[in-house]
Amino acid sequence: MSASTETTPRQTPANGAALRTPVDWKFPIVYSALALVTLLLFGLFGGAAGKSTTFSFAAGTDLFGIPPVTVSSMPTAIAIGIVLVAMAAIATWLAAKREKIGIWFPVVFGVLFLSAFLTWAGADTGRIPITPLLAGALALSVPLIFGAMCGLVGERSGIINIAIEGQLLAGAFLAAVVASAVKNPYAGLVAAPFAGALVAVVLTFFAIRYWVDQIIIGVVLNVLVVGLTNFLFSTVLTQNPEMWNARQQLPVIPIPLLGDIPVLGPVLFRQSILVYLMYVVVAVLYIALFHSKWGLRTRAIGEHPKAADTVGIPVNRNRVINTLIAGGIAGLGGAFFTVGSGLAFGKEMSAGQGFIALAAMILGKWNPIGAVFAALLFGFARNLGNTLSTMGTPVPSDLLLMLPYIVTIFAVAGFVGKVRAPAANGKAYAKQ
Amino acid sequence: MTEKTATGQTVPVAQGDIPAAEAPKPTVLREILAGSWLVSVLSIVVGLLVGAVLIAASDSGVQGTLGYFFSRPADFFMAVWRTVSEAYLALFRGAVFDWQAQTFVRAVRPVTESLVASTPLILAGLGIALGFRSGLFNIGGQGQVILGAIFAGFFGYWFTLPLGLHMLVAVVAGIVGGAIWGGIAGALKARTGANEVIVTIMLNSIAGYLIAYLLKQQWFRQTGSANPQSRDVDAAASLFPLLPDPFRLNAGFLIAIAATVFVWWLLERSTLGFEFRAVGENPHAARTAGISVGRVTLVVMMIAGALAGLAGASQVLGTEQRLTMGIGGSLGFDAITVALLGRSRPLGTFLAGLLFGAFKAGGYTMQAQTGTPIDIILVVQSVIVLLIAAPPLVRAIFRLPAPVGKGAR
Amino acid sequence: MKLELRGITKRFGTFTANDAIDLVVEPGEIHALLGENGAGKSTLMNTLYGLYAPEEGEILIDDRPVTFSGPGDAVAAGIGMVHQHFMLVPVFTVAESVALGYEPTKAGSLLDLAQARKKVADISSRFGFNINPDAVIEDLPVGAQQRVEIIKALSRDAQILILDEPTAVLTPQETDELIEIMRQLKAGGTSIVFITHKLREVRAIADGITVIRRGKVVGEASPESSESELAGLMVGRDVHLTTEKDDADPGEATFSVRGLTVVDKSEQVVVDDVSLDVRRGEILAIAGVDGNGQSELAEAIIGLVEPRAGSITLDGQDLAGLSVKERLGRGIGFVPEDRSTDGVIGSFTISENMILDLYDQAPYAKGMSMQPAVVRVEGEKKVGEFDIRLSSIDDPISTLSGGNQQKVVLSRELGRPLRMLVASQPTRGLDVGSIEFVHKRIIAERDSGTPCVIVSTELDEVLNLADRIAVMYRGRVVGVVPAHTPRDVLGLMMAGVPEDEALARVEDGSAATEISAAEEDPA
Repeated sequence: MSASTETTPRQTPANGAALRTPVDWKFPIVYSALALVTLLLFGLFGGAAGKSTTFSFAAGTDLFGIPPVTVSSMPTAIAIGIVLVAMAAIATWLAAKREKIGIWFPVVFGVLFLSAFLTWAGADTGRIPITPLLAGALALSVPLIFGAMCGLVGERSGIINIAIEGQLLAGAFLAAVVASAVKNPYAGLVAAPFAGALVAVVLTFFAIRYWVDQIIIGVVLNVLVVGLTNFLFSTVLTQNPEMWNARQQLPVIPIPLLGDIPVLGPVLFRQSILVYLMYVVVAVLYIALFHSKWGLRTRAIGEHPKAADTVGIPVNRNRVINTLIAGGIAGLGGAFFTVGSGLAFGKEMSAGQGFIALAAMILGKWNPIGAVFAALLFGFARNLGNTLSTMGTPVPSDLLLMLPYIVTIFAVAGFVGKVRAPAANGKAYAKQ
Repeated sequence: MTEKTATGQTVPVAQGDIPAAEAPKPTVLREILAGSWLVSVLSIVVGLLVGAVLIAASDSGVQGTLGYFFSRPADFFMAVWRTVSEAYLALFRGAVFDWQAQTFVRAVRPVTESLVASTPLILAGLGIALGFRSGLFNIGGQGQVILGAIFAGFFGYWFTLPLGLHMLVAVVAGIVGGAIWGGIAGALKARTGANEVIVTIMLNSIAGYLIAYLLKQQWFRQTGSANPQSRDVDAAASLFPLLPDPFRLNAGFLIAIAATVFVWWLLERSTLGFEFRAVGENPHAARTAGISVGRVTLVVMMIAGALAGLAGASQVLGTEQRLTMGIGGSLGFDAITVALLGRSRPLGTFLAGLLFGAFKAGGYTMQAQTGTPIDIILVVQSVIVLLIAAPPLVRAIFRLPAPVGKGAR
Repeated sequence: MKLELRGITKRFGTFTANDAIDLVVEPGEIHALLGENGAGKSTLMNTLYGLYAPEEGEILIDDRPVTFSGPGDAVAAGIGMVHQHFMLVPVFTVAESVALGYEPTKAGSLLDLAQARKKVADISSRFGFNINPDAVIEDLPVGAQQRVEIIKALSRDAQILILDEPTAVLTPQETDELIEIMRQLKAGGTSIVFITHKLREVRAIADGITVIRRGKVVGEASPESSESELAGLMVGRDVHLTTEKDDADPGEATFSVRGLTVVDKSEQVVVDDVSLDVRRGEILAIAGVDGNGQSELAEAIIGLVEPRAGSITLDGQDLAGLSVKERLGRGIGFVPEDRSTDGVIGSFTISENMILDLYDQAPYAKGMSMQPAVVRVEGEKKVGEFDIRLSSIDDPISTLSGGNQQKVVLSRELGRPLRMLVASQPTRGLDVGSIEFVHKRIIAERDSGTPCVIVSTELDEVLNLADRIAVMYRGRVVGVVPAHTPRDVLGLMMAGVPEDEALARVEDGSAATEISAAEEDPA
């Protein structure tokens, strides 16, 4: 016998010519708009005529120095603008031919756009310090990355976790309290995962034992954690701050050699153990998710729990375990707010970062590496906003800070490729 | 096979072609929809008990008695009782009736304060409830409240219009503001299928930065104050008071009552509501029956946004009288808990709004008089809502029998 | 390996799905478990596979009693199962799907996918399955997905293979291939339990037959039994395979489809250049195996999917661009294929379901306001007319049996003047009594002069109702033939053979489909 039906493509339709996929004009439009903004707002009418912008890279500890680069603001922005217009034209031409463009294209476009923007924004003050800009971005990304990893492990297993915000906050709280009580920041670091996991216990208890909608539990848990930490802050912590809420900071541990590389060194390798832990978590998660037995099973219970059940994989037990691990990861991320940054605990200090972590996870398409880049993008936008507003540039920082959220909305609305969540996400599993 | 109910709980339903006579009746569904008041009441009791434990545990007096608990346990229990009862009595005096007050006005003022606090909760809660009934998770109450407040506030102080008309214009502006913000999420969901949970969460943050931005702009705020706040709203635009000074109860509460009746009519008696409910319960069947799911999604989100916008307007034009950074408070998230406690029913939401409003008003008195932080209210509220969402847990806690016909698995 | 079930009883609440069932499968036997939809076949097999725990009874393998606390135990005992709805993760590759649950690992508990690939390739080549281990499941046609499921079972050394309704989604040709695979497995010593409600397949392949009805074993039969004997056992009384009807008296064609083409989400052509005419007072049945574009054709007529090309005309007016609501307003009655998903809203009351697409029209609504009293009164009238068995019209419709739910749908769609009727799988999952009722109502609608389009994958239903038959295969209409066309010809056409060729092949006896000629080996 033959298996002639094997992967036979559907036959071309009788009246096939009329059926070609419609041209996707979304990206050409976005590219063109950004190119025009660059050329006109940052270049021709940017009001930066005759001014110059200096990009500095030094950090003092480098093996060798990179000299600052000074460019003439307006011509540079115009030049980049022209390149971007050309790129937009290429994108339009390719789109009309229904050809796909590699990932390098948006990356190059983005970097150029950003350069033009910085050139324009720095024209008034004259100086853009690149290293602190990147270092700050990484710092702001740390809780986002931990949070996104937490969301990702949960959702890959089929549990929606809106409570990342609460887990970060709980982690920050417990880390601060334990570190302060033991007078050792590392103790706080050890304690933080338990706080995140505790929130996860409640989440899984209601989601798996009682089939309560996971979004509802998540939303309510956030309120619960805010209420609890605020209450304890106002009673216990403020009564005796020396005992319960004294500042403790994880020391910076520079990695020999790597830490001395210009720009990259201070940004990536002169960090506390928490940041190094983050690198490990991301790498391990990526490998585990796509190349391990655990990962295969995790993805199976998130996509098609019944299929997993029929091959003897205990769906709900795995979901509980994974959600608890995820909670621990988020708790670690929370520790960054307190012991990671050398701050005492403050009311609601996670300030919505858990929701951005959720956004980073989605923008990264539920892939650890993608989520890291999305989180870095968000962290960078936020840090850029802060930096520019303290520098006194004309850019309204509040509007800049909206960017990550707007980008995420565009992403879920399907403007940034296909975003597909795990199929069984948020659905309680019961044998029937 | 599972099915979603209005409270968002997923319950298993019998599957297959089981003959009616032998099939277990889906009483789980019914019982939840019919509203089992006992579970609600018991959830509130447990919520208050959890709060009591926290209050007692954080009290230094109680902690002191623990040191010699085994020699004189009575002291401990007395201390717990005293601390907890003081706190909750203060809560009650702050929320309903203050029998320790010197004057009659002061004695009855708390109940009006509760109504003031419940006004925006009811309005925004109705918006969330409407979404739940239509199968939409509108987490965006916060952003919609803020947009409603921005619009209402701006129209309230920027223009000068005759008394009455100005109030009307400002209130309508608030409705429009909220409707736009809800409508964005609705339109995106309808057109591209973008998940409304994510979009509304993002819109909340965007609204937060938007108000921060606007309150820094000279053209917008028009005030000499260094604080980021707007000029006071025009007297003609304020929601008129229902009682003389010092009462703060205003026409906003009447709007909340009217909105409750309107939402009831909309959901239970109008053709539009039939569409909403059909889409909420089974979008496939609704579509097959000729109902435009996309249109329903858009309209629901706009109306939900409008109700949240009204909540924002009632804050700006009634209670606060000016636009501030914190105008939205945590209204958006409180509204979700209100809608859940009210089981997404208009009357239920109204009553839940009154309860949480009373908690809020009483919480301030409790904080001022007994030093118990008002944050305890958040804990109580969230515990209540968690329990409401899991009736079997409440039954297990109180050893209640499971309702008949629950053996469907 | 010998398998024996003794007195298996499984209850869901008060409903007994399996009632003291006995079953013996000898080593190397293909044993058919025959029964109507809802008879309890799948429940029994899920119990055997460890997915359900039986309340009573025992399972014996090679005469030794075993207990399964989960599918893992069943697999360890040598039982493999191919579920009716495949248990495959759509985004996984074939190798990943086969590995899941029994993952070969390297150092550090990392997956050894190379080993998994090799296993797939080995089994695939041994049985000539032609499956690429790196293909992604969702890109494979259903026939190939089924083979992946069989590979899954074989890779775990299954001695007893359970196939749950394996042919429901297959074309006759793919069914032949499956039957050939089953023969090979049998020759290799594997016992097979073959669950189906299709009589002809049973006679073609089974060594032994157990018939169950309403959760009970009602008899054993041999493959030599005639179809009507088996059908009689299955449904419990002599079946009227024909509903009495007069010959059609067709008028002019008021409904026509021209060059209709529909593409699905992944840009696959699912309805391909279809042209049809339906006359007043006739039933055009659309036959075909599930998934050959019939459902999409019906959906395109009512406006649920937007065609990429072509036109649909009713009473001389083009329906292009009209919404579902506008089409319903033009007098199209629509009975959807999946009743519980598309036809009714389970939590709505029966009376609300009766007006699901009429809620905003007089007399049920005045302006924006609905008239609940009118809805009830009108609903009560339909309860009698359509013989709906219920306790209260205010109960949620989910409390009704499938047959009664379908009657509610019919009362809604046929209870108003129609210009045309589209019914997809109008009797799927119904008991025999309800099927008769539904057929009678459809014929009555035809007799009142309505052009009717009936989509059905059941040949019996097609032959029973049709005045003309259009056969669809891979989105195209293979041919439109008269109602008295022989089954064999229709079967060939359902596999894509054009009408003339099918007729010729049946006449000279070279019809190659096994299911019509069980004794012959395929060419």
